[in-house]
Amino acid sequence: NTDSEEESMSEGEMERLKEEVEEKKKVIAIMRNKPWRMKRRLVHLKECQEFVDKFEGALGKGKGRKFYAYKVMMTKVLMGLPYGSIPRKTVPRAEQPTAQDYSVLMDFNVEDTVYRYTIRAQFITCDHFFLSQGYCKYSVLFYGYYNNQRTIGLLKFRLPLSYLMVGVGTFGYSLMVVIRTMAKNADVGGGDGDDGEFTFAWKMFTSWDYLIGNAETADNKYASITTSFKESIVDEQENQKDENIHLRRFLRVLANFMIICCLGGSGYLIFFVVKRSQEFANRDDLSWYEKNELELIMSLLGLVCPPLFETIAELEEYHPRIALKWQLGRIFALFLGNLYTFLFALFDEVNNKLEEEVSIRNASIWAQKEYYANFTLYNNDTDTTPPPMDPSDVIRGPCWETAVGIEFVKLTVSDIQVTYLTILIGDFARAVIVRFLNYCWCWDLEATYPSYGEFDISGNVLGLVFNQGMIWMGAFYAPGLVGINVLRLLSSMYYQCWAVMATNVPHERVFKASKSNNFYMGLLLLILFLSLLPVVYTIMTLPPSFDCGPFSGKAKMFDVIMETIDLDLPAFLGTLMGYAANPGLIIPAVLLMVLAIYYLNSVSEAYQHANAELKKKMQMARDEEKNRRNNTESTDQVMKDLEDLLPNRSLLPPAPPPETGGKSTKVRPGTAGKDVNLQKDVSLSSPNPNARGAVTRPPGPRGPGPLPGNGQQGPGGGPGRGRGRGQPPPRR
Amino acid sequence: MFPDLLLSVCPRLHGRFHELAPHLVPLDYTNQPDIRLPLALIVSMPELKENPFRNRIVEVFSEDGQGNLSFNDFVDMFSALCETAPRELKTIYAFKIYDFNVDNFLCKEDLEKTLNRLTKGELTPEEVNLVCSKAMEEADLDGDSKLSFSDFENMISKAPDFLR
Repeated sequence: NTDSEEESMSEGEMERLKEEVEEKKKVIAIMRNKPWRMKRRLVHLKECQEFVDKFEGALGKGKGRKFYAYKVMMTKVLMGLPYGSIPRKTVPRAEQPTAQDYSVLMDFNVEDTVYRYTIRAQFITCDHFFLSQGYCKYSVLFYGYYNNQRTIGLLKFRLPLSYLMVGVGTFGYSLMVVIRTMAKNADVGGGDGDDGEFTFAWKMFTSWDYLIGNAETADNKYASITTSFKESIVDEQENQKDENIHLRRFLRVLANFMIICCLGGSGYLIFFVVKRSQEFANRDDLSWYEKNELELIMSLLGLVCPPLFETIAELEEYHPRIALKWQLGRIFALFLGNLYTFLFALFDEVNNKLEEEVSIRNASIWAQKEYYANFTLYNNDTDTTPPPMDPSDVIRGPCWETAVGIEFVKLTVSDIQVTYLTILIGDFARAVIVRFLNYCWCWDLEATYPSYGEFDISGNVLGLVFNQGMIWMGAFYAPGLVGINVLRLLSSMYYQCWAVMATNVPHERVFKASKSNNFYMGLLLLILFLSLLPVVYTIMTLPPSFDCGPFSGKAKMFDVIMETIDLDLPAFLGTLMGYAANPGLIIPAVLLMVLAIYYLNSVSEAYQHANAELKKKMQMARDEEKNRRNNTESTDQVMKDLEDLLPNRSLLPPAPPPETGGKSTKVRPGTAGKDVNLQKDVSLSSPNPNARGAVTRPPGPRGPGPLPGNGQQGPGGGPGRGRGRGQPPPRR
Repeated sequence: MFPDLLLSVCPRLHGRFHELAPHLVPLDYTNQPDIRLPLALIVSMPELKENPFRNRIVEVFSEDGQGNLSFNDFVDMFSALCETAPRELKTIYAFKIYDFNVDNFLCKEDLEKTLNRLTKGELTPEEVNLVCSKAMEEADLDGDSKLSFSDFENMISKAPDFLR
């Protein structure tokens, strides 16, 4: 019976058996990586599986079995299909380079929205009501809707506190996600350094997509591969050409000057339009254009300026990848300039509203008192408390936060409209015209102008990044904006997917702005910081409106936190936080962090130096190996010089035994004749049977080292031979 | 051996194998017959039809090197071409595929053949020569003017796009 069998097994045997089981399991796991024939794989698999099944139960005595079952269950439960394993899990709209950005955005948006809506939908009270001026303004979309009641409902949900925490926590979470992704990318991608290293080899071996099954796609792919090779060839040939560097510099300065003028012009235009919109705010008879003028102008600028930049950039004649980076940088500057001008103008408006508020507050208190007075007058009954004034009659303050939220929502909506229209007209209508008019047009519309639109990867990614920046900024004042954006992203994904397949052709130039996605993630990070600033500034400095929003009535928005600490948390925590908030503690903490950053920075620089040194060494080793194989002399000038200085072989007396053990790479050239060690032979040049045959004695015994001819060499000769490693073969 | 095991694990794949030659491929493997399909049939599959290296792919996975695949080899081929196959495995098979003269090295003629297949003969002979010599120069580490597997692997491991 099994119990006695198990007891009779000694400890040593159990250990050995355990080891074997582990080994078999490892073989099963590694089997995927081995290039075996299926037959061999199946044989091994069956063997290992049987062994494992037979002995694993015996070892564990039930506990092991349970643990094993638990492990199996956990891996089955927790392991879903990895990202990118099936088509529906990879983003079709933007190609592989941008897939990561998109998933960051989608994850963040969906999670956040779901969270907000479940909490908010359950606990919102309806103290504010709908005026005829537009229901949306007073809906859950905007800041003004939320009541400032401290706790809500049965569970005493603290709405104001949660509003603030979610608003700030959103930024914190996004920051973490972006930085984590960047760190992961830096790990994998290895930075932008090595683009030029294997250009032709990669083009040859990795450009074909083995998943292509469609004849038209295959033709496209052949064409793009051919174009890409031709481009590299032209590139290679151009590197030998000599250019007039002064002319080039002048042209570049000129181009930059023109672009700065454009940027300045667009900034001024936005400022002007914002001022105009402030005047419009006082009038009532506005056409649709005048109401949405600001947002339209901003979207149009974003549409018109990039192609303008591209045409100007043709003066500069940069390498395509560098030109792309400049272009992206300029578009980024354009967007930032526009956004910040818009924000400053908005701040002006907010200040106006704050002033207005003071007078309205007085007016509303007055109206309330009047209402009570009238009520007692009409009812002649001073004991009952009068019912509260009908909410729609209460005089409303100019809720500045909602106004800001409205502006952001309008901006997003107009952005959506412009994007969709552009695709419809710029891509779809163009494709239809080219396809059908081609039959009766004088020149070939498809091959030359206008032809089909190209799918602009970098432009679209930038669009996503900017969109996200706007959402980050507006989300605090218009929580519903996040929901709107999610809907927009979902619908535009399908829409653009269709548009790309139906109307676009692949880009002629196939290159990316950066090898890893870190360039775009860096942009995203920058935008995150820049959108964080205005929101945090307003939370800290501006007073909330007196009658709308979850912070109404308080002096500053973050007073909510103080209140919570005072009322909800135990007393000692309050005193503790009081001590922690002392500048005497905070300043040293900040200093410490600055020092840590400085230290880590210098450590990383040191590592980079070490890496560069190692790379150089490898390159030198490789070159020497090549030269040795080809029986030519070393091309390294330093080595050549040293060799020239060495004594003539045939004149040397027999060498004394070596004094320095191990491999010495430093030899004093010129100390010929006396006690010179023939160490030089080993360390500097590689043994070359043809050139030096005159030495009669092999160098003396050295320390133990790998002998040549040891079986450590893989296919292709192995790296161990040659310079200074191990002993040279004995000379004859 | 064990085709019945394979059959039970991937019935759809066997379905595809069967429909290539319904009269040849049995539906049940209890007698363990040894059926091999010729190259011409395999390369007519839609997944491989457009691939410039289809002949080489099939030859690499066949046991006799002529392109005749048994069901085991068929499954082998698709598992290596699959998206979730590990990178090292793909590297090994890619090397074999590009090695046209099957000497375990990628010599200049292999590179030229690869290039011509990729560009469908659109490049001039001088351009072909230039590209092949540059590629050889870039990847050849030990200076023997052919690429051994370690050269190839070293070069591919740094490539950002090599997944398919």
